[in-house]
Amino acid sequence: MTSILEFIARLAVWLLLAPLLPGIINKVKAWVAGRRGPPVLQLYYDLARLWRKGVVLSTLASPGFIAGPAVAWVAVLAAAMLLPLGPLGASLSFRGDVILLIYLLALARFCTAWAALETGSAFEGMGAAREVSYAVLAEAAVITAVLTLSMQSGSLVLSAMLAPSAGTGAVLLAVGLFIVLLAENCRVPFDDPNTHLELTMIHEVMVLDHSGPPFAAVLHGAAMKLLLFSILLVQAVLPVGKLPAAAAAGALVAGVLGVTVGIGFVESLLARAAFRRVPLLLTTAFLLCLFALLVAWKGGAA
Amino acid sequence: MNDLLNLLIGLAMGLNLVALGTSRLPSLIRVAALQGMMLGIMPLVIEHEWRVMVLVIAVATVIMKGIVIPALLHRAMRTANIDRDLNPLIGFLPSLLLGAAGMIGAVVLASWLPLLPEHRESLLVAGSLASVFTGLLLLIGRSKAISQVCGYLILENGIYLFGLLLIHSTPLLVEGGILLDLTVAVFVTGIIVDRIQRAFDSLDTRRLTVLRE
Repeated sequence: MTSILEFIARLAVWLLLAPLLPGIINKVKAWVAGRRGPPVLQLYYDLARLWRKGVVLSTLASPGFIAGPAVAWVAVLAAAMLLPLGPLGASLSFRGDVILLIYLLALARFCTAWAALETGSAFEGMGAAREVSYAVLAEAAVITAVLTLSMQSGSLVLSAMLAPSAGTGAVLLAVGLFIVLLAENCRVPFDDPNTHLELTMIHEVMVLDHSGPPFAAVLHGAAMKLLLFSILLVQAVLPVGKLPAAAAAGALVAGVLGVTVGIGFVESLLARAAFRRVPLLLTTAFLLCLFALLVAWKGGAA
Repeated sequence: MNDLLNLLIGLAMGLNLVALGTSRLPSLIRVAALQGMMLGIMPLVIEHEWRVMVLVIAVATVIMKGIVIPALLHRAMRTANIDRDLNPLIGFLPSLLLGAAGMIGAVVLASWLPLLPEHRESLLVAGSLASVFTGLLLLIGRSKAISQVCGYLILENGIYLFGLLLIHSTPLLVEGGILLDLTVAVFVTGIIVDRIQRAFDSLDTRRLTVLRE
């Protein structure tokens, strides 16, 4: 009974806290630019508004147009359930769960791209093509980072892999994972979440034709993915598992806040990279993770 | 001591990749300068007691590689009025991947070589091989004369790193001589770049193969 209650509480934390992060990012951006900015809870209002709205369906679209965002949202939520939360651990943990996590994120991406293609719009097809082609590089970096962590801890279970810090390679891994976080969540050097010019968008263009509750699922899923990646990054770098429980929880929250504020600063200070530079940036992230792997391997041998 | 040295060499190896990935001439010059300065401090880290000669060489290296040579290159760039884009013969992405592969290869090769026990733990040999490889890659893969000079500088940095292995037995006067040679070479290249620009209206070294009356 308690385990069910705990599961529900965990679900509630993920569902309710996730939309906070984009709000904080926007607040930081507004603060740097000297504006007042939208309220931190703006995304909650947006989600509530979208939930009440109706859905506009294209005559071309099959049920996949609705199913895509729904499946993607559930996949991200399931991935979030696999991720341990510092001292609390994961609600579900087994050997190889990290591989399932990567595949769930890939499934979410596939479903979003699929729903985008359902509309039959050329722009959304273009967005899906971009998203998927950059994802190839970003996933290579994520898999290398995971390999580094598993080599360090000699384990394939997420809660064991994320407990110790990444050691000497932590800095490399931190920078690499941060770049991947920016790419995966369509933040500034890769994609501008504010732009609504179809030619330059990546992720946003895929969801242009979504409306109402499915669009709310897309937005909420994106916020959860951001939270998921921040928690993954913080736990991979900080030795959360070695601290006492309260300190670990504090470190986790502080780390996630730090990452969020960091994203806000990156967005304020950098311009979007030109498209031809994006693969270069992602390859840099991959190489950083690769060198972290090298450090872990050499450190393990010595 | 060894940790600090390895950290510096690791950073220098990271700069190699930055040099391969950058698309602007000024930032390439800055990277080469930064790497040169980093290598300049290394004798101070390696030596246990600081002799006057070591200090002089370190300071001279930092000033030459970090300030004088970049200033000469910047000046050459300004006077020749070159546009700042590097036009790569080998694209940025392939050269980055090649550089990374070279770096891993250098680490593996260094672990195979029969080194002295005191050099086993340090990254000196790996860093040196990686820098030499990066320098070669820049020399081959970039078409502008100034970017090739930067490649040459990075290559020389690699050789300097290798020389640090023998710091206890080579007279530092040799290092001083190399530094002087390097500065003169860059100085002369600065003049040549200006001449090339005037004669060919471009700094693309591929055009130099075209003979004309």
